[in-house]
Amino acid sequence: MLTKRIIPCLDVFEGRVVKGVNFRNLEDIGDPVELARYYNDEGADELVFLDVGASYKSRNLMLDVVNAVSQVVFIPISVGGGIRTVEDIRSALLAGADKVSFCTAALERPELIREGAKIFGSQCIVLSVDARKEGERYVAYKYGGRERSDWDVIRWIRYAESLGCGEVLLNSIDRDGTKEGYDLELLKTVSESAGVPVIASGGAGRLHQIYEAFSEGKADAALVASIVHKKEFRIRDIKLYLKDKGINVRL
Amino acid sequence: MIGIVDYNAGNLFSVINSLRFLGFQVRILKSPAELAGIDRLILPGVGSFGAAIANLQRSGFSDAVIEWIASGRPFLGICLGLQLLFETSEESDGIRGLSVLKGSVRKFRTNKVPQIGWNLGRVFGKSALAESLGDEYYYFVHSYYVCPEEEIALLKTEYSVEFVSGIQKDNIVAVQFHPEKSSYAGLKFLKNWVELC
Repeated sequence: MLTKRIIPCLDVFEGRVVKGVNFRNLEDIGDPVELARYYNDEGADELVFLDVGASYKSRNLMLDVVNAVSQVVFIPISVGGGIRTVEDIRSALLAGADKVSFCTAALERPELIREGAKIFGSQCIVLSVDARKEGERYVAYKYGGRERSDWDVIRWIRYAESLGCGEVLLNSIDRDGTKEGYDLELLKTVSESAGVPVIASGGAGRLHQIYEAFSEGKADAALVASIVHKKEFRIRDIKLYLKDKGINVRL
Repeated sequence: MIGIVDYNAGNLFSVINSLRFLGFQVRILKSPAELAGIDRLILPGVGSFGAAIANLQRSGFSDAVIEWIASGRPFLGICLGLQLLFETSEESDGIRGLSVLKGSVRKFRTNKVPQIGWNLGRVFGKSALAESLGDEYYYFVHSYYVCPEEEIALLKTEYSVEFVSGIQKDNIVAVQFHPEKSSYAGLKFLKNWVELC
């Protein structure tokens, strides 16, 4: 049986791993290569690197990081942040990434999904969705949650799937970094309507919240950041907890 | 020296890195002429069955791979490199595979497709390689799986159906998962292939 994945997310700013709340107040967490090696040994199923620097310098440092990590850690590596063109996808893959994720670029030019999938395969195109609740529905946001798009999240994901995206990284802007737990309602709706795997993101602070992302939210994978970076919990502990609760994980 | 066939079917980066990490010497082969001095051959690949066969034919590698296998030298197929060894695939109607092995390639009909993630490879074979492995989790990304007509299963995995996730026949070993992306289990697989096959 396919296992549920636990994926540490490393926000990278000018070559260092950082963490902020609601995309603000960055705090230094450590060296990316060291952390990648540590998480691999802990049983991380994949690594996500997000460049939060949004500058040419930060981006290049990030690709150096990915390159260094991919020579010593042999699990799938995904890269996001500032990917806007087919050339950006290519350079990330050439640096050693297995997948790329993008949010804003897809909302501004959905064709990027189709082009990326056609050239490099759907398996490496991850659609990142920043969702914010507005009344009864969820709206997709761009520019790190600063700008609203006109897309309803469910419709947007369905469309992106038709263009060839291979996975969805679903982030709740309202919950990001809050430790209040994933937005289960959002997660369940998306997981049940999507034909591709859904990675839950934004809000995990306690073990039972990760369990709920799988049991109630029907997620295929969970992205974790603060909960593991600050060593409150180890990935191995998370997995042991999940296994004990009947969730199939790789140990 | 391990040769890796480069026929424009995806990123060879991690296959190369993982083998180098293990201390093996690796060379990327752009044409069959570069096979001289190679004693083990790896056929990786992602993408579609039909496009890959076309690329192999264009580069002259389809005949070279068939000859390599017939000569009895060690061969490892990874992902699409496993599927290409068979006769036909539901992915590409009317396209003939390398046909080194009898059987076909089918698409998963239930669950989310592609299968993406870590799944258990249970050991089936009785070879030295099989006995060295143990049941381990490996990283898979695929929509199609092989259905061999012969009893050549090395590993089996479950994803809505039980399918053959690794085969071994004489000098041929091939797997559906990505050993180069399967952490310590994958590195162990690659190392044991070199040492035992």
